Amino acid sequence: MRRTARDTEESNRTLNRRTLLLGGAMGAMIAVLGVRMRYLQVDQADEFKLLAEENRINIRLIPPERGLIQDRNGKVIAGNEQNYRVVITREAAGDVDLVLRRLATIIPMTAEEMEQAIEEVNALSAFVPVTVAERLSWDDFSKVAVNAPALPGVVPEVGQSRRYPLDFDFAHVVGYVGPVSDKDLEGVDSPDPLLRIPKFQIGKIGVEKWMEDTLRGEAGTKRIEVNSAGRVMRELERQEGNPGNDIRLTIDADVQNFAQARLGQESAAAVVIDVTNGDIICIASSPSFDPNLFVRGISHAEYNLLTENDHRPLANKTVSGAYPPGSTFKMVTALAALEAGVIDANHSVYCPGYLEFGGRRFHCHSRGGHGQVGLSESLEKSCDVFYYDVAQKVGIDRMAEMGRKLGLGHKFEIPMSAVTEGNMPDKAWKLARHKQEWRIGDTINASIGQGYVLTSPLQLAVMTARIASGRAVAPRLVRMVNDQELPIPEAPPLEVSPEYLAAVRAGMNAVVNGEHGTAKSSRIVEPTMVMAGKTGTSQVRNISAAERAAGVISNDDLPWNRRDHALFVGYAPFDAPRYAISVVVEHGGGGSTAAAPIARDIILRAMSGGLPSLEAYPSSQRGRIETMLKELPLRDPVTGQPPVQTET
Amino acid sequence: MSFLEYRVKFAPTGIRKILYLNWPLVVLVTAVASVGFLMLYSIAGGNLDLWARPQMERFGVGMVLMFIVAMIPIWFWRSMSGVAYIVAFLLLLLVEFFGAVGMGAQRWIDLGFIRLQPSEMMKFTLVMLLAVYYDWLDPKLVSRPLYVLLPVLMIVAPTILVLMQPNLGTSLMLILAGATVMFAAGVSLWYFGAVIALGVAAVVGVFTLRGTPWQFLHDYQYKRIDTFLDPSADPLGAGYNIIQAKIALGSGGWSGKGFMQGTQSRLNFLPEKHTDFIFTTLAEEFGFVGAFSLLALYALIIGFCLVAAFQNRDRFSALLIIGVAANFFFYIAVNLSMVMGMAPVVGVPLPLLSYGGSAMMVLLVGFGLVQSAHVHRPR
Repeated sequence: MRRTARDTEESNRTLNRRTLLLGGAMGAMIAVLGVRMRYLQVDQADEFKLLAEENRINIRLIPPERGLIQDRNGKVIAGNEQNYRVVITREAAGDVDLVLRRLATIIPMTAEEMEQAIEEVNALSAFVPVTVAERLSWDDFSKVAVNAPALPGVVPEVGQSRRYPLDFDFAHVVGYVGPVSDKDLEGVDSPDPLLRIPKFQIGKIGVEKWMEDTLRGEAGTKRIEVNSAGRVMRELERQEGNPGNDIRLTIDADVQNFAQARLGQESAAAVVIDVTNGDIICIASSPSFDPNLFVRGISHAEYNLLTENDHRPLANKTVSGAYPPGSTFKMVTALAALEAGVIDANHSVYCPGYLEFGGRRFHCHSRGGHGQVGLSESLEKSCDVFYYDVAQKVGIDRMAEMGRKLGLGHKFEIPMSAVTEGNMPDKAWKLARHKQEWRIGDTINASIGQGYVLTSPLQLAVMTARIASGRAVAPRLVRMVNDQELPIPEAPPLEVSPEYLAAVRAGMNAVVNGEHGTAKSSRIVEPTMVMAGKTGTSQVRNISAAERAAGVISNDDLPWNRRDHALFVGYAPFDAPRYAISVVVEHGGGGSTAAAPIARDIILRAMSGGLPSLEAYPSSQRGRIETMLKELPLRDPVTGQPPVQTET
Repeated sequence: MSFLEYRVKFAPTGIRKILYLNWPLVVLVTAVASVGFLMLYSIAGGNLDLWARPQMERFGVGMVLMFIVAMIPIWFWRSMSGVAYIVAFLLLLLVEFFGAVGMGAQRWIDLGFIRLQPSEMMKFTLVMLLAVYYDWLDPKLVSRPLYVLLPVLMIVAPTILVLMQPNLGTSLMLILAGATVMFAAGVSLWYFGAVIALGVAAVVGVFTLRGTPWQFLHDYQYKRIDTFLDPSADPLGAGYNIIQAKIALGSGGWSGKGFMQGTQSRLNFLPEKHTDFIFTTLAEEFGFVGAFSLLALYALIIGFCLVAAFQNRDRFSALLIIGVAANFFFYIAVNLSMVMGMAPVVGVPLPLLSYGGSAMMVLLVGFGLVQSAHVHRPR
C-alpha cells in the first residue's frame, strides 16, 4: 500500500506525539517508584532499622505433636518422645570449628559426626540453626546448658521425635518418618509452612505417609523478640496449633508380633483378616527391619546391609509381593466352572498323571495319577489334571471374572505403600500386553495358578475370606481416627450360588481334615476351631522334559532362590468362619510342609487370644509344638520388650 | 513497506554495522546485568557456582544472540513476524496439553538442553506482529472498530492461553505491552478509556464471584490479593514475603549495610530471594543510593530506546522498539511495586537481575531487534 508523503508525515507526527506521552507516563511511574523507595529507605529507615537490628519481632512456628498410631486395642505402635538436641548458628558462633571442638569434649561426638556438622553448618546460610547432636541424655543436655557461656551460638533445645516401640513388627505397615526432601515438595502449590522447617519430619512410606494429613496436625505460632545476635529475648504472643489425630489400626499387635516371630527369618508373608468385617488382624512380612534406624538417619553400611540381603527385608511382601498362587487358585477355577454350569458338584475326571494337549504333556504333581477324582477329592489331593480338564471347558475369561469377584487382580485401597494389583489375566489382557492370542495352554497353566496369574498375600487372604463368608469382604486397616470408630460398610453378598460355595468349602475342609488331605498334618483338633484351607506350591522355574524323565530334582537339592514358593490359604472355625489367613513362604518348598504349619499357628493365636493351647494340636505333635512355641522370640506382653537375643 | 522500500543503500553493510549499533544501550544492559551477578553472588553467601556463574554464562550466550539478531537486517525480521507469532502460538497450545508442570503451572517444554517457555517468546512476537499490522494499516483507519478488533484478538488469544497455564504475571505483561503498541500507533483514546472502565468492572466481578463456582482466579491468586490488601492476615504465607521484603528494604537505609553484609535473617524463608525478590537484597546491601542508581540505569535504558524509536522514521521499527521498551518497563514497574508493597505479589521477575535463563535470553533477543532496527534505520 503506497501512501502519500503527507499521510506518512501525519502518521509519524501522531506516533511521535504518542511516544512522547508514553515516555512521560513511564517517567512519572519511575518517579513514583523512586519516591516510594525514598520513603521506605530514607524517611522510614529508622523504623525499619529498629525492626531489623534492635528488637526484631520474629514469628516462629511451633510444630504440632504428631498423632499416635495404635493397634486395635490402643497399644502404641508409633509414638513421640522428647528429643534433647543441640543446635548451632554460624552467625552467633563465630569460630564454628573451635566451638564444636569444645562441644565434643562435653558430649559424646565422633569425629565423623563433627565433620558432618561442620560441613552442614558451612553449607547453609549463617543464620540458619543446624542440629549438631540429637537424642542426648538428660545429663549431657544439662552439661551443654551449664556450659553455655563457653559455647556461643550453641542452643540446647527440646524437640519431639518419632519412635516406634514395636520396631520390627510394624516396619512394613506404618513405615517411618523422615526429613522433608525436595521430592516431597515437588508439585505442591503452596506447601504447609511447617514443611519449610529444617529437618521437619513427615511420613515417607506406609501409614505414616498415606495418612500424613491426618497425623500431621496444624502448626501453632509464637511471636518472639530476638536481639541482633538472634538470641530470643522474650515471647510476646503464642497461638497453639492443633495436634495431629491419633489413628487406631485394625491390627492386633500381639497377633502381629506372634506372626512376625513365627515367620522368623524366612522370606515370607502372612495376612489374617476378620471375615466378618474385613479388619486386617495381622499383616506380617519378614524379614523385617527397624524403622527407628530411618528416623535417626540410617548409615550407609546399615542401609547396604538391608538392600543387599537376598531376602529383601525392605520389601513389604504382603501387599507388594505378586506371586503365582499355585494350587490355592483351584477354588477360583472350580467356582468359575460351577457357576458357568459346565460341571456340576458331582463331576469327576480320570487322572492318569498327565494331560496331553496339542502335543504337550501337562503333568499332575502325582506322577502315577490320582485315578478317578471328584471335586472334593481334587481339592483334597490337589489333583492338577482335574483342573486342566475343567479349565478347558470353562475358559479363561470366566475364570478371570470369578477371580475378580473374589478380589484377585484388584488394588485394595488401604493406606500402605506399593500395594500391587497383581494380575488376573484374560484374553484381552494378553492381546494388549503381549500382542498375542490367548492359547489353551495358557488356560491350562492358569487353572492351577501358574503362568500369568499373580496374586499378593493380601489378595489371597481376601479371596479366602470371601469364599468363607460368601460376602465381598473388603480389607480395612484403620479402625478409629481420634477415638471415633470409622463406619464399616456392609459387605455385599458375593454373586456366587451358596450351593457351589458349600461344595468348595467341603473340599477345603478335606484338604486339612480329610484322610488324604495335603495339609492333614496341620489340622486343628479342637472342635470349635477346626480349620479348612488349601495348600499351594508354585514353581519359579521350568522343569525340562529331560529332568522329568530322570526324576524331578527335590527342592532340598536346589539353590534357595530356585526352590518353589510355598503357599497356604485357610479359614477357621470351619462351621462359623471368623478369620481367614494366607501365608506365602518364598522358596519355602511345599505348601503343606512350609506354609500350612505356620498358618495353623497364627490362626490359632488369633482365635485363642493368647498363646495357642496344645490341646488344639494332634497329640502326636504336641511335644514338638511345645518346644517350638517356647523358643519363639515373642515380646513381653506388658512391657513390649523383645526377648534378649542369644547369638547362636 | 517491503524491503525494497527501505533505503538499503544507505544502511551500513558488513562488519561496519558494528559501528552503528546503539552502543550506550549495550553498555547499560551489561551494567545492569553485572549488578545482577554481584547480587546473585552475595545472596548465595559468596558462592559463585550456585547462581552467579550460570547466570553469567546465559548472559554471554544471550549477548551473542543479541549481536547476531542485530546484524540481520530489520526487513528480514519484519518478514518473519507473522511466522514467529504463529510458531509461538502453536507452542503455547502445545504446553497447554503436553507441558511440564512446574510450581503448579504448565509453563515450559523440556527440549533436553533448554526449557522452552513459549509465553516468553510470545512477549516479543506479539509486539512484532502488532508493529507489522500497524505498518501495513492505513493510519487513517486505525481507530475503525474492525481494525481495532483485529489487534485485540491478536493480543487476547495468546493471553488466554497463558492465563490458563496459569500465569497471571505474564498474561498481564502481554496485555500491557500490546496495548502500548496500539496506543503508540494512534488508536483513539476512547478505546483505552472504555477498556479501563471495563477493567474496573472486571475487578468488581472477580471479587463478587469469589467463592462461587464461576470464580475467575485460582484460590492462591485470591489469597495473594488478600495478602496485598492486608499482609498481616497471612503472616506465615505470602504476607510474610511482603513484610520481610519491606523490612529488608527499609533497614538498608541511605547507604546500605555493605556488600554481602545484608543479614537477611528473616529473608531465609523467602523462597524467591534470588528470583522475584532480588531487589530487596540490593536495597538492603547498597541502600537507597544503590537502589536508586539501579532505577536510574533502568530509566536510561528505556530512555535510549524511546529516543531510538523517535529517530527511526520506519513505522515498523519505531513501533517495535516502543513495544520492547514497554515490555521492559512494565516488568520493572510491576516487580518493584510488588517488592515495595504497592502491588500484589504476582510472579514477575526483575529484568536482567532475577535468576532465570529463559527470560534473560528472550529479553536480550528483544534488545537485538531494537539494535537491528536501529542499525538498519532509513537515513
